[in-house]
Amino acid sequence: MSNNNQFTRRSLLKTAGGIALVSGISAPAILRAQTADVIKIGHLTPRTGFLGPLGEYAVMAADLAVEEINAAGGVMGRKVELLKEDSVNPQTASTKAERMIERDKVACIIGEISSASCLTIAQVASRTKTLFINTGGNSDALRGKDCQRYMFHVESQNSMYVKTVGRSFLRDGLVKGKKWYSLTADYAFGHDLLRVSKRFMEANGGNFAGDDLVPTDATDFSAYLLKIREAKPDLVVINLAGNQITNFLKQYAEFGLTFPVGGFGFDTALAWAAGKGNFVGTWPVVWHHLLETPGSKAFVAAFTNKYKKPPENQAWGDYVAVKIVAKTINDLKSAESPKIIEHFEKGAKFDVLKTREGYFRASDHQLMHEMYAVTALPADKIKNQWDIFASSPAVPAANEDLEIIAATKEENSCTFPS
Amino acid sequence: MSTMLLAQQVLNGLLDGVYYLLIALGLSLIFSLGGIVNLAHGAFYAIGAYLTLVLSPYLGFGGSFVVAPVVVALMGVVIERTLFRRFYRSDPILSLLMTFGLAMVAEQALRMIFGAPPLSYSIPTWLRGQVAIGSFIYSFYRVVLLGIAITCIAALWLLLQKTSFGRVVRAGVQNPDMVGALGISLQPYMSAVAALGIGLAGLAGVLLAPIYSIHPAMGQEIITPAFVVVVIGGLGSFWGVVAAALLVGLVKGVMVGIGYSAASTAAIYLLMLLVLLFRPRGLFGERITRFE
Repeated sequence: MSNNNQFTRRSLLKTAGGIALVSGISAPAILRAQTADVIKIGHLTPRTGFLGPLGEYAVMAADLAVEEINAAGGVMGRKVELLKEDSVNPQTASTKAERMIERDKVACIIGEISSASCLTIAQVASRTKTLFINTGGNSDALRGKDCQRYMFHVESQNSMYVKTVGRSFLRDGLVKGKKWYSLTADYAFGHDLLRVSKRFMEANGGNFAGDDLVPTDATDFSAYLLKIREAKPDLVVINLAGNQITNFLKQYAEFGLTFPVGGFGFDTALAWAAGKGNFVGTWPVVWHHLLETPGSKAFVAAFTNKYKKPPENQAWGDYVAVKIVAKTINDLKSAESPKIIEHFEKGAKFDVLKTREGYFRASDHQLMHEMYAVTALPADKIKNQWDIFASSPAVPAANEDLEIIAATKEENSCTFPS
Repeated sequence: MSTMLLAQQVLNGLLDGVYYLLIALGLSLIFSLGGIVNLAHGAFYAIGAYLTLVLSPYLGFGGSFVVAPVVVALMGVVIERTLFRRFYRSDPILSLLMTFGLAMVAEQALRMIFGAPPLSYSIPTWLRGQVAIGSFIYSFYRVVLLGIAITCIAALWLLLQKTSFGRVVRAGVQNPDMVGALGISLQPYMSAVAALGIGLAGLAGVLLAPIYSIHPAMGQEIITPAFVVVVIGGLGSFWGVVAAALLVGLVKGVMVGIGYSAASTAAIYLLMLLVLLFRPRGLFGERITRFE
């Protein structure tokens, strides 16, 4: 409130731009002394931004896995220490991966949700010959044209999501001769998913009534809902991610639309956030907390006991990845990445808390495992805020090859750079 | 696309703009009077939404609607008294950094208290359903929301135009030193303006909690379009901000309506660029000597 304000619009813009730049770089990790009696594992995942809510589950699960491993005697008689960082964005993820590997000497890096950050971490991993296990990046490209020898995928690829939930859509007669209206997140993940889901729709005789790209910062879907109501589709297909799925579901219920809803990408935390009555449709998941296998029940019990809420599917990925690495190091009596990779490529089987064991497919390093389609329960059948869906049996079924839901060589081929 | 659908998109776009308005008006007021670029404004919107979640089991949605904005407004007074007031006489760049930090602290505090995962909250049953306006079927909740927003905006305008309080605030925007020379201290007025502006952001949080995802970073989602609205509208102009908000909502809605949804966000920045090229002070911006 004085005359000595030196303020102009130009300086405002400059400062705002500067702040935007600086905000991409977060505080450096606290240095820890390197000691010989621990094995360090790096954990990198987005903890802020639109994927942050899922990253939080990833961190909780990785912590739980390490706690259990150390309580059972650690690996090769040494304690496991988890170095955890917010990966923020692809550039920061790559810088932090490099620091973890070169300065902190981690045995491997586990984590990530953003496909774009997976790519930059994988480049660092390849250069430094260090194992990276992707627990949340879905894009087929990471298992195809961008595949890397040092990157393995516990998270399923988009093709697996599409073929899993696609079975439910085929069973319910929502594909052949039917009109779909799709909303797709306008970035790498969405584009990849749209390509794979379109291939599935066309191969099975469906077509688009409408097909909109949604900017990643959109929060209001009313304009899209008016278009959907006008188009009267047989199925509304959601290829969105993060909070946008929750926003969409809440507003879909608000506008009273009743067309069947389905999606090709999904996380249970988003259904919980949409809540009873708002959550509708059929969606694919890598895992969910209602699985009746002994491994899953033990994991859900331990997680719920520690954090007072059940784990969501992202928690499964990071928990299983840490356990797989620990078991492998113990079995091989070595924490060297090339040896671990050789072991994985030979088709070693692992308990992934499901009916069947999983293994990494040597051709693209994708974990082969069972998936599920979940369908929202009607409001009067819901007993609590967590158990709001019913699950399909495991996909593929017990008598089928685990690889039939994965992308074929023709659909997505990987040649590891030498 | 039918004319009917286009008409629906135009109406819906205008309604969408009204949500930005609740945020943008406070932003504009605090900036015009104090020279504070309040980057933490979105955080108060988020706090409003979380308060609705906390208070609803005890007070219901109706009770939260009354109490939450008041609580947020009181937080605004505290922030104004302890932080904003130190920056009125310094370079606004400093206050911009301060409010940026404040936004991060608030977001992280929400994350520590409520956790990072989004939380669920639904429209109360008595506000659900659809209304038909002619052949245009629309969400009843959004019609109510529009009514509340228009009432607030009209009340704010009357307060600024027709009361002695409003006269001092408007004079303070134009020439604070002259107001001081007339023996009027702007200090209590600044507190009141902060309470009003920040309270409005809290109110927006309450109103949007039932239809948007509630998560710690939700403030970031709304602050950028709100800033665009303030810049397009022009400083010191009440109706400029109103027109800009409607225009932004309209452009976004129509872009989606005519099938260019991917460019709907880019379009509002393009709009801002064009407005700044041809009218550097914004649509209806007044010439305010100290900001030139």
